[in-house]
Amino acid sequence: MTTTTPGGDEPGLPARPDAAEAEAPVVRTGMFGAAGTPDTSGYGRLQVHRAPPLVSEPPYGGYFDAVAQSLNSALEADGGSGFSAAVERVVVDHGELTFYVRREHLLTVADKLLHDPALRFEIFTGVSGVHYPLETGRELSAVYHLLSITHNRRLRLEVRAPDADPHIPSVTPVYPAANWHERETWDFFGIVFDGHPALTRIEMPDDWLGHPQRKDYPLGGIPVEYRGTKVPPPDERRSYT
Amino acid sequence: MSTDTHATPGATDAEADAAEGRVYNVAGGDWDELVTGDDDRGTNEQIVVNMGPQHPSTHGVLRLVLTLEGETVTDARASIGYLHTGIEKNMEYRTWTQGSTFITRADYLMPLHNEAAYCMAVERLLGIEDKLPERAKLIRVLLLELNRISSHLGGVGPFGMELGATTIFLHGLRMREYILDIFEAFTGLRMNHAFIRVGGVAQDIPPGGLEQVRDFLAKSKGWTRDLHKLIDANPVFTARTKGIAYLDLEGCMALSVTGPMLRATGLPWDLRKSQPYLDYETYDFDVPTVDTCDTYGRYVVRMAEVDESLKIVEQVVDRLAERSGIENDPWIIQDAKIGWPARLSLGPDGLGPSPEHIAHIMGQSMEALIHHFKLVTEGFRVPAGQAYVPIESPKGELGCHVVSDGGTRPYRAHLRDPSFHHMQAVSVLCEGGNLADVIPAIASIDPVIGGVDR
Repeated sequence: MTTTTPGGDEPGLPARPDAAEAEAPVVRTGMFGAAGTPDTSGYGRLQVHRAPPLVSEPPYGGYFDAVAQSLNSALEADGGSGFSAAVERVVVDHGELTFYVRREHLLTVADKLLHDPALRFEIFTGVSGVHYPLETGRELSAVYHLLSITHNRRLRLEVRAPDADPHIPSVTPVYPAANWHERETWDFFGIVFDGHPALTRIEMPDDWLGHPQRKDYPLGGIPVEYRGTKVPPPDERRSYT
Repeated sequence: MSTDTHATPGATDAEADAAEGRVYNVAGGDWDELVTGDDDRGTNEQIVVNMGPQHPSTHGVLRLVLTLEGETVTDARASIGYLHTGIEKNMEYRTWTQGSTFITRADYLMPLHNEAAYCMAVERLLGIEDKLPERAKLIRVLLLELNRISSHLGGVGPFGMELGATTIFLHGLRMREYILDIFEAFTGLRMNHAFIRVGGVAQDIPPGGLEQVRDFLAKSKGWTRDLHKLIDANPVFTARTKGIAYLDLEGCMALSVTGPMLRATGLPWDLRKSQPYLDYETYDFDVPTVDTCDTYGRYVVRMAEVDESLKIVEQVVDRLAERSGIENDPWIIQDAKIGWPARLSLGPDGLGPSPEHIAHIMGQSMEALIHHFKLVTEGFRVPAGQAYVPIESPKGELGCHVVSDGGTRPYRAHLRDPSFHHMQAVSVLCEGGNLADVIPAIASIDPVIGGVDR
């Protein structure tokens, strides 16, 4: 097994897009990422470089500026924080608009997005968790996709939380349809949605240990418990010597 | 009588009654006490019924926990997860191309929609959305619309059986069977096709494929007419569906419901019209709506959508026939670094790699051999970023959120499945209604647990 090689490049690899991201240039190596298990792919030396974080500056183009301005005025009208306090950065990529919202402002932002007549994102289309174990201090990400039927617009919110404090406010008070999506994200990533009416596991059994879609959770190889007996993981059930 | 059904293991029935209140178990035998009123159950008529995991009416392994006051459902909770297979996690360990093979198995009644949403999301990340060959788009639309019909028939037909009508079931499935035959001819499989690939589709239309679709179109008019005659004014069907599981526009908005349930409230929201993809804006079709907000309305919308999809299939078959004169019309992106290199052909010993392609890579072109080897084993790299592509699936908005870190496999792939989302509406649809109306209410969502649990 090859291991992660922080530091220097190997010759022949494409140049890194941003030299400033040098503290961990190689995000991962190996094809199937199964550390500690036999890599049968033959591609254990594949390297993936860290991509520089994207930041977009206004004007964002299309209806994106209108959304940003309406959200700004809605947040300021409330006497509260403005756009820049609630949204840490804006990314426009592949024709999609993303607001990276600070988690303490999420509920206010969601409320404005739903109720402000200029925004009116009525349809909550789900939460998708992502785990970035190498982005220290902001490992867990909850990605919300919203749709406005009134204005025919789409918007993505991304909220980050550290692994050490995996709390994000629940948006169920604003969007009741977020209920199951947040339960799923809790189940698979361990993000605790504060204020959720019943944050229980939804796909995994109630007594399951761990959150299976995190990057530090292996694929397979989990011993399965049945009523007092334990079935070992597949790779330990028999041996060929 | 068995004693291990009690919370306290080994307790006798009398001890359990004392500890837990009156306990009823599956052994029954207490009818005499019940009719003579000897038992101490008092005035508390509330019963908790556990339906499933399996029955409700076998849209998959679903479990419902219903609280009943007499025949009235006061509390309905859906419990899911019995069919969770870790599709999203597995995709992170395979190449982008192999992702099609996994995601097609999510909602197995609309496999091509799953593949299309996923592939279009990856194509957006690759920035090749406008480089798709015209033929690939046409084949995709053809298959997606046929899949929409087969999914609706897989909803309406079994719905009849859930209400006790086997004839409706057989008529629905007969028509669906012909579509599956078309899928088998086009993709090799009746379901779980993995046919839509990043950059296009896996293969060209087989010889005689368009004639097979035309033959289906000619027969389908009579089949849909039969279904309408069987169902539309059927007194049993209408009594069981009209006014049942009412969810109006306000309720749909609060629960973010999309698809036929939303269109049955009168709002013509269809992503093929409002946010077109695959050139849907160039096809002539309508978005059918009714404003009854009930189970019957959802059935009407689905059947009308079958007719609209047949219209689209007719148009796309004509367009494909027009292109049949074009030499070497590609069906996958002509980019040697992305497009799947291998071609299949039917030999005397069955389907296998085409001899021309093998001769080309083994005898003529070193570059082609390298591309073939790298693409098939390692896969292509997708630039870092994230994309969410929604499409109008038969059940509502089906979105795929993919995240790439710049590698050759998905960093994260998430399917926003409409069935999963709409199962949240079960409580709203069932509570306050009769126990018998729970089954039509769930059937009107048309959930497929493969998609709910993924």
